[in-house]
Amino acid sequence: MDFLITDEQKQLQDLIHQFIQKDYPFDVRDKLVKSEDGFSKEFWKTFSQFGLLAMPFSEEDGGFNGGPVDIMIILEAFGTGLIVEPYIPNIVLSGNLVSKLGNKEQKEAILPNLLSGDMQLAFAFSEPQSRFDLNDVTTLAEKKGSDFKLNGFKSVVMNGPAADKLIISARTSGSQLDENGISLFIVDRETKGVSLRDYSNIDGSKASELTLEDVVLTKDALLGEQDKAFSTIEEVVNLATLAISAEAIGIMQKMNELTLEYTKTREQFGQALSQFQALQHRMVDTFMVHEQTKSLLLMAAAKMNDKADDAVKAISALKYQVGNAAKLIGEESIQLHGGMGVTEEMSIGHYFKRLTTIRTIFGNADYHLKKYSSL
Amino acid sequence: MAQHADWIFCLVRTDSSGIKQQGISFLLIDMKTPGVEVKPIITIDGSHEVNMVYLDNVEVPAENLIGEEGAGWSIAKFLLAHERTGIGGIPHLKREIRRLRQITEELPLNEGFLKDDQLFMDKLNKVEIDLLSAEYTELRTLASISAGGHPGPESSILKIGGTDLQQSLSDLYVEALGYYAHPFMSEDDLKSNEKRIGPDFAANVMPHYLNYRKVSIYGGSNEVQRNVIAKAVLGL
Repeated sequence: MDFLITDEQKQLQDLIHQFIQKDYPFDVRDKLVKSEDGFSKEFWKTFSQFGLLAMPFSEEDGGFNGGPVDIMIILEAFGTGLIVEPYIPNIVLSGNLVSKLGNKEQKEAILPNLLSGDMQLAFAFSEPQSRFDLNDVTTLAEKKGSDFKLNGFKSVVMNGPAADKLIISARTSGSQLDENGISLFIVDRETKGVSLRDYSNIDGSKASELTLEDVVLTKDALLGEQDKAFSTIEEVVNLATLAISAEAIGIMQKMNELTLEYTKTREQFGQALSQFQALQHRMVDTFMVHEQTKSLLLMAAAKMNDKADDAVKAISALKYQVGNAAKLIGEESIQLHGGMGVTEEMSIGHYFKRLTTIRTIFGNADYHLKKYSSL
Repeated sequence: MAQHADWIFCLVRTDSSGIKQQGISFLLIDMKTPGVEVKPIITIDGSHEVNMVYLDNVEVPAENLIGEEGAGWSIAKFLLAHERTGIGGIPHLKREIRRLRQITEELPLNEGFLKDDQLFMDKLNKVEIDLLSAEYTELRTLASISAGGHPGPESSILKIGGTDLQQSLSDLYVEALGYYAHPFMSEDDLKSNEKRIGPDFAANVMPHYLNYRKVSIYGGSNEVQRNVIAKAVLGL
């Protein structure tokens, strides 16, 4: 059914699966999550050597010209191994923003380091009141002569703790919800007035609360055209939505496998759990939901690849379905594991936690249902 | 909660000759007795609520036997029927749904508040309607107990209904928070005076959702409760 995938892409998929099997078993991942950095900088370098970090970028930018299908393959494979290294914040979001909007100097300063695995980036787009609306921006960038002065607050910035540089959306004109008037700025984390409060998320990833207080930036910090960043932000977040949906679908596949395996070995009332018809039907349902959600993933990737007119609508259809499927498969997997499912020691609960946060990231099912209806 | 317990009630096998339900006795054991070992089990919300309790040649005085020897199964079933009625947790749910409604009026969303999100409010109202039906089912059960009965297999309805609601509501809290459901505060973080991340009520929301997966598993899983209703109520 994976009709989109070329032989080359299949090799990429195999490479990641082999890496997970050999170098990324659950106990290794568990140690990484509990470490200071929260992920492995060494594995990040390995991903650079695999060519994963360069995948979506054009050849001029030092990349492999990969498209949405390549991103989908990487993240779906990552999902099966619950890889915690911050690919989406670094590559899909920040890297793509620099590649699409950056001038020569900005690209040269950032992309080679990003692609070699030596620089970490984060994209600060959400605010406490914005929920999933990328156009809801109250962080202010006032023009002071040729400089800008930034004030505001960004919430739950993914990969904030590791980021050397942050890309921040701020309002340069218009009112709170206007699409026009949003600009992007690249800021060093050490810049005066920038403060980050770093923390761990429930799914093992890391994030920061970002406060900007009279942060003075020269016009060199402006990424892309002033006031006009919204459409590119939306474009990049759409790709990231595809990416995180692919990750979710990898996780769902793995959770279904783990559950099936567990019910075959665990006995109750003198027979394996898998022999109870009431449970068999539920596993059939979770299996079907995974397959059907995966079909939407392939559809959305193909439409993005072809730059189809309805690609954005397809992404919302996908993320809506991912939100619902993640809830069903996540909760059913834990239920079928019984008491063991809620213990830290089994991997199933960790897959569940990541799948649960993905329900929210880049918009939950309700948000995408509304967006789908409006398109 | 064995790590805090002075005493533990145990179902122990005292006879293996009959069917499995027979030969179980109900024993009260002093946790300080030599041979009792408690090992923590950490759950996915990061809390320490359950344990493995190992019993290695633990000597228990005969007077600690509750009821007759071999009557453990009947005693346990009686207790569990009451537990199932209580697990429903209707009063708690009523308070929590009121609190969530209050939150929707205070949690900022764009230029207004979460209550402006109609899809979210529809879900909240659906849960409230389910809660009403659970509440009145519980009142009917209580009425029959007051009239001299005791909770029978019907308590399984309350267990399934109540725990479904607890889980739905815990999920709605997660949805209400959006991204702010994700930051994780350890017990040490929560003890510190540092300002919380996100809204004041946020820290406990995701752990509660995760922890409450247990309610459809413990007290007799909801699958077992359905079997009870199928057999004892529908006569299948």
